[in-house]
Amino acid sequence: MKRMINYKPAPVFNLMLGLLPFVLLVILYMVGSDARLELNPNDKLLPGFEQIGTAIDRMAFEPNKRSGDYLLWVDTASSLTRLSLGVLIAAVLGLMIGLLTGALPLIAAGLSPLLTVTSLIPPLALLPVLFIVFGLGELSKVVLIAIGITPFIARDIQRRTLEIPSEQLVKAQTLGANTSQILVRVLLPQLMPKLIDAVRLSLGAGWLFLIAAEAIAATDGLGYRIFLVRRYMSMDVILPYVAWITLLAFMFDQLLAWLNTRLYPWDVHGGRS
Amino acid sequence: MIEAINLWKEYGDNVVLERLNLEVEEGEFITMVGASGCGKSTFLNLLLGTQNQTRGELLIDGKPIPQEPGPDRGIVFQQYSVFPHMTVLENVMAAKAFQRRGISGYLFGQAKRAARTEATRLLEEVGLGHALKQYPHQLSGGMKQRLAIAQALLGKPRVLLLDEPFGALDPGIRAEMHQLVQRLWREHKLTIFMVTHDLKEGFFLGTRLWVFDKLRHDPQAPNAYGASITYDLPVGKMDPETYQAIDDNLRPAPIPIAV
Repeated sequence: MKRMINYKPAPVFNLMLGLLPFVLLVILYMVGSDARLELNPNDKLLPGFEQIGTAIDRMAFEPNKRSGDYLLWVDTASSLTRLSLGVLIAAVLGLMIGLLTGALPLIAAGLSPLLTVTSLIPPLALLPVLFIVFGLGELSKVVLIAIGITPFIARDIQRRTLEIPSEQLVKAQTLGANTSQILVRVLLPQLMPKLIDAVRLSLGAGWLFLIAAEAIAATDGLGYRIFLVRRYMSMDVILPYVAWITLLAFMFDQLLAWLNTRLYPWDVHGGRS
Repeated sequence: MIEAINLWKEYGDNVVLERLNLEVEEGEFITMVGASGCGKSTFLNLLLGTQNQTRGELLIDGKPIPQEPGPDRGIVFQQYSVFPHMTVLENVMAAKAFQRRGISGYLFGQAKRAARTEATRLLEEVGLGHALKQYPHQLSGGMKQRLAIAQALLGKPRVLLLDEPFGALDPGIRAEMHQLVQRLWREHKLTIFMVTHDLKEGFFLGTRLWVFDKLRHDPQAPNAYGASITYDLPVGKMDPETYQAIDDNLRPAPIPIAV
């Protein structure tokens, strides 16, 4: 009898174990849905797969009666534009702040306390301020995402910069490098894979801020749609939208992970060599 | 060339080095041994410029050693002294790029081609001609140190500092590295300071051996007195008794000398 910690499932069994909870959840849902639909064919709380299929068809493949748009794709496009703009701004700002505060003690002395304090402000509490300052348009949503995740990325990159062995900095100096050469040639390239990692981790928060902003003030977007149809208890639209958002989030995460191994093949032992 | 006059290094109450007086000529190969915590690495860091002395003077060509690392003093650490995100060739070419003034530290056009030629030649000299396109994580420990040495040499330093460079290598590889270092030292007319914890290595490699140890010892306050150089010996003229005495000093169980 081996100890539990030494039991490792074989690859096929591993996959099956991983799929099992999903299958169980689907079965559980079907049973619940069937039971409710039996009592009331117009039940909206747990729609059957047929109802969900019709809803998907209506949202994604038929033009909307009022606007003539294919709503799912319009919502997806505007949400992804906001999210990617916000994340891009946060990544660039976070990288700059993190690199400079990590590498230059003078800048760190000036900015670190401010960074610590700003990272503690709940970004959603700033949302009214953003609406007042930037209006209800696209800008305030992008700014919310950027403000929400920049401090996280900046602090992570700062820490990563400090983790780079000082031997490398000394070595570069003995080869005659000046400060900007060390920043550009030694530190920055080593931080790029860490930046992608930080972006992967902050995408979840990015989605949160996006949906919150869209729920409060927007005219399209994935978050806007699910909060809109909530008024009609349209679970048949909400559920596929949530699944779609999850799928998008999953794909971005995988894409970034793939980019990391593809672009930075040398980043295997946490950059130490 | 290098001169220390009554050099002290203290951390608060903890005296690491005291009353260090020495003079080194250009072209000497100095090995430094001593028990751990006896200040030999501290002395290397003073030469490097990453630490500064508390009292006294440390001069290079009669001028104080700058208080930060510079291109006149090359360094090879035990580890982490190559850039993991550059290939072997890029690592050495970067040394060339850093010598030019500029913001980015990248080379272009003619300068890049010239650097590639010079770097390739140097890498072949240290035996890495077959691994130009590899990243450091793909190299063995010995190859990594060869790369670090090539990189340091391209900077054309006058003084080369080696901080236990072969401490993590297998004995066979270490012997190869000894030959390499001795060859490069002669060909490039370097002045070398090498810290090692292996007395045999220190004994056979250089031209001059320094043993760091404490001259005074207070059992009530072990940090009250610092280490100094207790032996300053020209290598090759040392009698077995002295070797044994130093060896006894460095470790509890002596091993017989094998010459």
